[in-house]
Amino acid sequence: MNTQPDERAAGPWAAPVDRLAMTDDHINVSGRRPTAPMNGFGRMWQKTYRTALGAVTPQQAITVLKEHFPELWPAGNRFFAPLAGIAPGEVAALDLTMPGGLKLSTGVLVLYADDESFTLMTPEGHMFAGWITFSAFAEDGQTWAQAQVLMRASDPLYELGMTFGGHRQEDRHWVHTLTSLAAQFGVDGEVTVETVCVDRRRQWGRARNIWHNAGIRSGLHMAGAPVRLVRGRR
Amino acid sequence: MTQALTTLTVRVPSTGVAIIEISGEVTRDSDAALKDAYERVDPHARAIVLSFQDLDYMNSSGIGLLVTLLVRAQRARQRILACGLTAHYREIFELTRLDEVISIHDSEAAALAAAA
Repeated sequence: MNTQPDERAAGPWAAPVDRLAMTDDHINVSGRRPTAPMNGFGRMWQKTYRTALGAVTPQQAITVLKEHFPELWPAGNRFFAPLAGIAPGEVAALDLTMPGGLKLSTGVLVLYADDESFTLMTPEGHMFAGWITFSAFAEDGQTWAQAQVLMRASDPLYELGMTFGGHRQEDRHWVHTLTSLAAQFGVDGEVTVETVCVDRRRQWGRARNIWHNAGIRSGLHMAGAPVRLVRGRR
Repeated sequence: MTQALTTLTVRVPSTGVAIIEISGEVTRDSDAALKDAYERVDPHARAIVLSFQDLDYMNSSGIGLLVTLLVRAQRARQRILACGLTAHYREIFELTRLDEVISIHDSEAAALAAAA
């Protein structure tokens, strides 16, 4: 085994974790395993969103993105930033508005974070299994911000949802986020979207991921709210 | 695009097996170099060993590139194996669950034995 010291690499990565843990009671996060694109069901997609930010440094761009990440999201979606901020190993809860008004509760693990990028990894039950990497870099005389998703829909139900509107909704989400980031620097940013189907095959062996589906579980949780309220009053 | 600081060497130690030696850094800038290295592998190879012995640094974008390489190999019915990872990058492979689809070996010899 290669045993050379590797100090630069140690800092930005999360420590090994088998299952996510959160101190509050946000549903569909604690106890869930982080998932990679290989662990999902649907077709594998790589989606790249990019916008120009003008004359800022990549480090400035990522600092602002980390600090203002929740505010940059579209209305109706909430990112509950960890107390320590977007830092390696931190877990953030999410509430996402789905068609029909359903609030889908899930979370993300900060897999990697350095001065010029960070990567969020989804847990079981999330709409997709995979990673989303936000980065900033200098190219063509200016700084660009990029969000790149590498994912498979987690289960057959999500695959159906992604096919019929979910991908468009996700595109709108990250276009809004990057447009809002550009606005922080006074730039009226146009966001380009590049979508590549990395693997057209569906992994039927992963169909059972539906057991963890956070949409179904969030719906059941909402439906059970009156019962919990009555029990709480006794 | 920034110039990649990655050097990839393709070797064929035996029929049906290729080794891609990865030196330097694996980041988003390594995309073209990785694709080029994969193109140089015999399409009929049944196993590809990724040797990380001389890896200096890999970030999360680099891990993403390995996933897309893996998908291409799986489509071609090729196994991917890895060797020469530091303890730290072994942990990263476990964290990102790459270890479930790429078999990890201590040495090139062990990887080649497993690929045989």
